[in-house]
Amino acid sequence: MRATTPTQDFVRGIWMENPVLVQLLGLCPALAVTNTVKNALAMSAATFFVLTCSSVLISSVKHLIPKEVRIASYILVIATFVTLADMTLQAYAPVQHKELGAFIALIVVNCMILGRQEAFSSRNTVYRSLLDAVGVGIGFTIALVMMGGFREILGIGTFFDIPLFGPNFEPWVVMVLPAGGFLMLGFIILGLGVYEQRKLAKEARGEAA
Amino acid sequence: MNDQTLFSIFFSAMVVNNFTLALFLGLCPFMGVSARVETALRMGLANIFVLVMTSLSAWVLNTYILEQAPYLRIISFIIVVASLVQIVEMVVKKIAPVLFRQLGIFLPLMTTNCAIFGLAIFQTNRGYDFLQGIVFAIGAGLGLTLALVLMASIRETSELSDIPTIAKGTGLTLIIAGSLSLAFMGFAGLL
Repeated sequence: MRATTPTQDFVRGIWMENPVLVQLLGLCPALAVTNTVKNALAMSAATFFVLTCSSVLISSVKHLIPKEVRIASYILVIATFVTLADMTLQAYAPVQHKELGAFIALIVVNCMILGRQEAFSSRNTVYRSLLDAVGVGIGFTIALVMMGGFREILGIGTFFDIPLFGPNFEPWVVMVLPAGGFLMLGFIILGLGVYEQRKLAKEARGEAA
Repeated sequence: MNDQTLFSIFFSAMVVNNFTLALFLGLCPFMGVSARVETALRMGLANIFVLVMTSLSAWVLNTYILEQAPYLRIISFIIVVASLVQIVEMVVKKIAPVLFRQLGIFLPLMTTNCAIFGLAIFQTNRGYDFLQGIVFAIGAGLGLTLALVLMASIRETSELSDIPTIAKGTGLTLIIAGSLSLAFMGFAGLL
């Protein structure tokens, strides 16, 4: 494995290897609960909590877990933290909990979290796993809030429940419907593709000159 | 308890609230295994089997064990799903090695397939009884298969057409999925 500095561990998950936009992991929550910014934030917070806690716990007990049952053990750890997050949200933010519904429980099967444990926490120190988890968590939050923001602005005409356009705005209802999630993510990824290609072309021109 | 008729549960799970296109469950295989119609179809069938088994086990757990300890729900469901997937993996490897290679990583990944776990959670939240659960699972499985096969057919066709390089890959797949999802919204008024 390529050696990385702690800073790289932290920064890489935020943008270059953004879990949702680049690696396409954890798409289910990214599409399902991002019809408003508030839901997106609640979901990211819960995922962030579960990811960070599991990474820290797993990297600190990694020598105790037999290799054969590691995936099952990771899932159990993750499921425990999800149960915690589920109950905490239910107690302190009942409205959000109701809106997110089954998708809080579904954090257990978010491939992004399991992927980080398998690829990083199981073979790195606690400190670096923490950095990695926080970085990936921030990346996930950025992607979700971006999706939620665009969809809320276009679909309802508000941002954080604050109306933006005045009474004459005709909302694009499709954006808050399921189809809008697919379309929005598709357009964001296409946009990133165009940006990357421009950058590559620029670098190629720079080298030629 | 839930008093929906079996037919409406079945139909709602299959088209109106299609797991993939309306609820965004099971997107990983939807993006990953939908390049060929034949593979997609078989993946769908494997999914139906696991879904029905999950529904059965979730019902048993809910009725006999989790009454006393509802806070263990998430943990016990995920263990059931993980063991089921392990069994299916072994069976497929033994009976159909070719299919096993085609499905590749997506077979073990069924453990983290939200559709299967989601089914168990939805079934519990809506209070379906034994028969309703099974019908729900079959409907959901058929819906997944339908979405996978439709997607794979479109992608097979689009491979032959002239697409700008920039749009090839995930972006295009997502936009196709968006259009499919729009089309499925047309079923919304049926029930």
